[in-house]
Amino acid sequence: MKTDDLIAALSNNVEPVDHRLVGRTVAIALGLALIAALGLVLAGLGVRADLTTPRAVTFLFLKLAFALGIVGAASVYLTRLARPGGERKISLGLAALPFGAIMLLAAISLGQAPSSHWDRMVMGDQWLECLISVPIIAIVPFAVVIWAVRKAAPTNLVQAGAFGGLVAGGVSAVAYALHCTDDSLPFVGLWYGGTIVLCTLAGAVLGPRLLRW
Amino acid sequence: MTTAENELKPLMLASQDGDAAAHRALLERLSRHLRAYYKSKLARTGRGAAEAEDLVQEAVLAIHLQRHTYDPAQPLTPWVHAVARYKLIDFLRRTRASRADVPIDEADDITAHDDHIGAESSFDLRRLLKQLPANMQCAIAAVKLDGLSVAEAAQRCDMSESSVKVSIHRGLKALAALIAGRTEP
Repeated sequence: MKTDDLIAALSNNVEPVDHRLVGRTVAIALGLALIAALGLVLAGLGVRADLTTPRAVTFLFLKLAFALGIVGAASVYLTRLARPGGERKISLGLAALPFGAIMLLAAISLGQAPSSHWDRMVMGDQWLECLISVPIIAIVPFAVVIWAVRKAAPTNLVQAGAFGGLVAGGVSAVAYALHCTDDSLPFVGLWYGGTIVLCTLAGAVLGPRLLRW
Repeated sequence: MTTAENELKPLMLASQDGDAAAHRALLERLSRHLRAYYKSKLARTGRGAAEAEDLVQEAVLAIHLQRHTYDPAQPLTPWVHAVARYKLIDFLRRTRASRADVPIDEADDITAHDDHIGAESSFDLRRLLKQLPANMQCAIAAVKLDGLSVAEAAQRCDMSESSVKVSIHRGLKALAALIAGRTEP
């Protein structure tokens, strides 16, 4: 086939396209991901019982700020990565900022506590539950986010997959925070941060397989 | 900003708005740049002009299908370059070349040269079409090959107008996948 014939065929009845569709699809996926994650936590795990105490509310907000900070930055970058060449406009340092901030706060909090408390501050009561729950809750959000990116044309599949995982992990942490009763900064830094990084790595590995076009 | 960027971007904006003449002019101009780009990149890996033309058509089809992913707030050249390079890497990977063969290049490489000597690619649109489901075949043949309007195609294929549009889009995506898959070992 001649290229000119292909071009002539493609130029018959050209439909208008909406360049805002990519952003809208990612936004819709983000909404669906949040609903799925919150639904799973509310139905499966339940909200923490002590949510009326000021300490619980403070720590809930802290966890939400950390997780929502990740989701916010990561979804802006994911929208860029969904378009060809978007990888040129990504700052990995900025995406890592929430992780740096929580680690810093965790270090300060450990520094102020006697070392006999460290073990309990880092491991909490439910580190295993957190380690298992965050990745599991992230599965449906990850699928929804990948569906949205597949509607566009990412050209760096490892990065697009990684940021899909980061968004999904962040969304999952937002939902899990409603249930989790471990209130220490080192716990949030290690187990929330660690499981979200785990989701990011899984996304980077799966990206090239799931996003090829 | 280069002249190519200044001339191509308005064509892309008009094409996004559904201007068929601008769309055609855009694809014609870009196909010449793509041909020069792929010939020069493939020459370094010891491949010929026919393979370059396969890639040109893959990229033209990709640009057509993905034109909604171009953000008008950004320059067009890097977008085209990213699509062209993605298709090149994908091609080299599935033809089992090593990733190290992909030469380092920059966005401006894509519009640096112009090559209008169009060769024939190794695929035939009508033959590939036969591998698609009947509704996609009918919609693409009517609108894209025979130049009917969407309304006329809807009548000929006995489908609604919106399903004609959906069938064309999905069918062209399936064709692009067939083209990309055909060189797989």
